[in-house]
Amino acid sequence: MDELIEGGNAPEFTVSELSGAVKRVVEGEFGRVRVRGEVGRVSRPRSGHMYFDLKDENAVIAAVSWKGQVARMGLLPEEGMEVIASGRMTTFPGQSKYQLIVDDVQAAGEGALMAMLERRRKALAAEGLFDPARKRPIPFLPQVIGVVTSPSGAVIRDILHRLRERFPRHVLVWPVAVQGQSCAEEVARAIRGFNALPAGDLSGRIPRPDLLIVARGGGSLEDLWGFNEEIVVRAAAESAIPLISAVGHETDTTLIDHAADLRAPTPTAAAEMAVPVRRELIARVAEAGARLTRAETARAEARRQRLADLGRALGRPQTLLTGPRQRFDLWAERLEPGLRGLVARRRGDLAVRGARLAPSLLRGFLAWEARALRERGEKLARLAAQPAQRGRERLDGLAARLRPALDRLNQRVTGPEARLAVDLGDLSVRLDRAMAQRLEDRRARLDHAERLRQTLGYRETLRRGFAVVRDGAGALVTDRATAARAAALEIEFHDGRMAVGAGGGPPVPGGSGGAAPKPARRRAPRGRDGDQGSLF
Amino acid sequence: MDDISAMSFEDAMAALEKVVRDLEQGQVTLEASIALYERGAQLRSHCDKLLKAAEDRVEKITLSETGEAVSTQPLEGQ
Repeated sequence: MDELIEGGNAPEFTVSELSGAVKRVVEGEFGRVRVRGEVGRVSRPRSGHMYFDLKDENAVIAAVSWKGQVARMGLLPEEGMEVIASGRMTTFPGQSKYQLIVDDVQAAGEGALMAMLERRRKALAAEGLFDPARKRPIPFLPQVIGVVTSPSGAVIRDILHRLRERFPRHVLVWPVAVQGQSCAEEVARAIRGFNALPAGDLSGRIPRPDLLIVARGGGSLEDLWGFNEEIVVRAAAESAIPLISAVGHETDTTLIDHAADLRAPTPTAAAEMAVPVRRELIARVAEAGARLTRAETARAEARRQRLADLGRALGRPQTLLTGPRQRFDLWAERLEPGLRGLVARRRGDLAVRGARLAPSLLRGFLAWEARALRERGEKLARLAAQPAQRGRERLDGLAARLRPALDRLNQRVTGPEARLAVDLGDLSVRLDRAMAQRLEDRRARLDHAERLRQTLGYRETLRRGFAVVRDGAGALVTDRATAARAAALEIEFHDGRMAVGAGGGPPVPGGSGGAAPKPARRRAPRGRDGDQGSLF
Repeated sequence: MDDISAMSFEDAMAALEKVVRDLEQGQVTLEASIALYERGAQLRSHCDKLLKAAEDRVEKITLSETGEAVSTQPLEGQ
């Protein structure tokens, strides 16, 4: 067995001794190293320590960051990230492992960081966090503005300065670290904290802003890295209060810019977007107020003017008549001359036409008509004569043939004397008859006239009981006074006259006309005496 | 009529400008124009008030141990 132990004089190590020796060598040789590699699997247990792998194509080195170191790291390693890790090598004797204790991780160049940023942006965009439809409008004039930034430094000064310049507002500053490990978490908590403030309760409590500004000045990509963290992006996207992001310079774009409702290129620009210019607003209000007053004044003035116009028109009725009056005068003036002119014109027309209406015109016309008539008459006679002539010729022919027969017949019946005697007898009978008729007519007319005469004459009246009274001289007595004065009276009846004594009887009252039947009858008996008297 | 005192500046301003336009176009009755004018005057004074109320007040949030906002205090150094 002893032969089997070659070099048996070499010292023996215990396991712990060797492990310790290795540890010393490793730590001594690689006390401080920077390793470039890709981050492999990352785990971060509750202890707060972070375990991850660094690898390249051929090798893997285990790495660990203790809790305190993690807190101080600006960039946390993520799987797939190309990094330069700084730390010291050590061993873990319990598992026969060696590992790198990492106290700082940096991106291995801009490209690596940008690539990682792009991967993250795409992942968050795929979730819809950057959707334009999520963006809320920025209020026109916010009452309270919450600013998430460092309370010291140029950024908050710039913002406050520009706000004061444009439109002083109530500003609440939520102080945060704007770079380093705690940055992302603090910013996210500030955004959520402002959103958590109760709205509408201003009595002694912190007023809830109606606009948020998340701001940071310019810096390197790593300096701004906190604003690329998912936790910040999500807080900004979820904020119910409209949010303006203003991180870095105009050329810097962080992921919070995509999630914000509005991205300002600089903090100063954010202040400009947050509030309008008060002076301009005051001018606008003043202008609107002036227009308001002007418009109302103008309207009132226009109405007053119109009313005054109407009032004036109403107040002077004579003005209503001046127009018509003037028109009347104008036409009235023209009326008489117009008439005169018309008559003169008509007279002129008449003269012209009268001149043409001379007797010669009619004579000429009649002559012409007569000539035409004559011509037509002649023509008609000619036309009529033709058939008549023919008829006559035929008749003459027939008569010539008839005459001898007739003569013969006459000679046979009677002679011419017999025919004359017959004619004479006939004529005398007709003469007698006509004469008698005429006489009879004359007599009838005479009788008629006589009857008429008798009817119209007074004598026929006497037959009906009337009488005519005359005085002694034969003049008619027609009233009682005359009768009383008369020396003698004579009454004519239809069958004769009778004289009565004048004033022989007492005056008969009511006795009137001598022709009245009554007095005549009353006087009759005495009249008879008178009659007798006159007879003798 | 909506409560003017509760209107935002922007709404009040828009309302005022509409009133002015309506009045200027003159297509309202006399009575309506008076009502419009009164509303316009109220809107103007409300806008004036909002503009004059602009105060420069800057505070800093003070945080509790757990990182919640508990109070405010004037922001110093500006």
